[in-house]
Amino acid sequence: MEKNRETEPENGAGTAAEGKKKELVCIRCPIGCRITVEDIPGGKLRITGNTCNRGAEYAEKELTNPTRIVTSTVRVRGGKAAVVSVKTKEDIPKGKIMECMEAIKGVELEAPVRIGDVALADVAGTGVDMVVTKDVEASVSA
Amino acid sequence: MEKKVKLLVVGGGPAGLAAAVAAKEAGITEGDILIMERDEELGGILNQCIHNGFGLHTFKEELTGPEYAARYARKVRDAKIPYLLHTIVADIRAEGETKYVTAMNKQEGMFTVEARAVVLAMGCRERPRGALNIPGYRPAGIYSAGTAQRYVNMEGRMPGKEVVILGSGDIGLIMARRMTLEGAKVKLVAELMPYSGGLKRNIVQCLDDFGIPLKLSHTVVDIDGKERVKGVTVAAVDENRKPIAGTEEYISCDTLLLSCGLIPENELSAGLGVELNPVTSGPVVNESLETNVEGVFACGNVLHVHDLVDYVSEEAENAGRNAAAYIMRSMCRQQGKTGENGEKGKNGIIEIKIKIGERVRYTVPSTLRLNYMQEEQVVRFRVGEVCQDAVLAVYFNDTPVMRIKKRVMAPGEMEQVKFKKAKLEDYPDLKEIRIAVEQEENG
Repeated sequence: MEKNRETEPENGAGTAAEGKKKELVCIRCPIGCRITVEDIPGGKLRITGNTCNRGAEYAEKELTNPTRIVTSTVRVRGGKAAVVSVKTKEDIPKGKIMECMEAIKGVELEAPVRIGDVALADVAGTGVDMVVTKDVEASVSA
Repeated sequence: MEKKVKLLVVGGGPAGLAAAVAAKEAGITEGDILIMERDEELGGILNQCIHNGFGLHTFKEELTGPEYAARYARKVRDAKIPYLLHTIVADIRAEGETKYVTAMNKQEGMFTVEARAVVLAMGCRERPRGALNIPGYRPAGIYSAGTAQRYVNMEGRMPGKEVVILGSGDIGLIMARRMTLEGAKVKLVAELMPYSGGLKRNIVQCLDDFGIPLKLSHTVVDIDGKERVKGVTVAAVDENRKPIAGTEEYISCDTLLLSCGLIPENELSAGLGVELNPVTSGPVVNESLETNVEGVFACGNVLHVHDLVDYVSEEAENAGRNAAAYIMRSMCRQQGKTGENGEKGKNGIIEIKIKIGERVRYTVPSTLRLNYMQEEQVVRFRVGEVCQDAVLAVYFNDTPVMRIKKRVMAPGEMEQVKFKKAKLEDYPDLKEIRIAVEQEENG
């Protein structure tokens, strides 16, 4: 089942000293593959343990530029619900998570809102939009 | 309102919605289907699960809970399948092929709907404090993780500022991150067992990312505070899960979240006479996900607690299709025609029992009737302990037929084996399939 990015090195004496090894748990989907990343000669990474290409991509990114999708809520005015759920449309640098939360703190949307509506463009200078993930109708009494 | 339908679906969460849509696709007219949902909208628990990670299998993209729910709710609306919101089912009873479902809502008061088949899709509940035997007063500030999730994600209210979480189930882990993002200080996640009950990815992205400590083999032994939680005392536990004297540590906090397991909600099923498996607290079912009460099917978290909603949808689609097939056979019988599949008597039915072997806690389904099997049958199960370098072994009548190496298997994650119908048919006199998780042999 496991798709390896590099073929296993041949057995036998004389193989290069073991490179730096890092064990990761892939977070790209709930399966949570255990991925091993090793430095191999030539400045390349050997990635094993992943069961799909997203895993290899995750491992490489996690070591070079870790990113996350951020999900939260923002206030809604005049809606059937007080808040609506939002997410970053794509993953943003891990170090920007709290900045992103700070940026959406004051955001208030006017009901109705629809899945995909932009709640805040270019959140925390990431170039990524925060978008709505649930429909909220306007409240009848408003 | 006295109404007659062919298929009644109890619950409008991911399982109920997928089952209803699949039943229509399998030939039941939409007007003959009815979904009853107690909440104010379709989608069930997904509506408060605002995090991402849903739908990779089903839609090949990563969605949040509300987005996943909206996709299925739209399918139901597009299929014009009727549903009642704010409607709670109070009782189900079966008289032969006819089921009577008694429900309540504001408009109709109490009413009964007659149905040929019923799909149970009521989901599950969180284990409450009362079931955990934690000493102390009953101050404000103790919530199940799911309750806190609803407050924060749907009502926009924060349950507290300094938080300790008991139990490392997925909702607890997700809430550790969520409360941190909203400015609370999550001081500790304590887990009674020597392993986490949640998904590995949630340990990484919800705890490790934010430096939240996880203490395994630890529990809360005392809750301090009379009006409001002031703190909790945490202690290490031994292999028998008994607190070890001298390891107690006091942690000040104003909120304690409990994420200590989910229990399928089967009061209705029990009242109907459905046989329950004490391990899962869900119904015992055959390959068609049909319970011992004919024409009553179960799917989703009411059957067994799932880790992925994608599997819930897949399972529920099967239940919906099988309910549709049951309805059609039942109508054929009524019209005096013999149905397909040797409906003349039980003599023609070949039943294979699925036995649990070492380290396997349960399987769903627990019997396979060859005549009703689809080309491929998925059998899902969970292991009872963390297994490293294990082998998933399958036996037909005690003869090994399959050995699959597994690096790690954990109780928090659902496993599956697939069987081809042709393979089972070809095996001579197959009576019993045993699924076990064994240690890898050396060499």
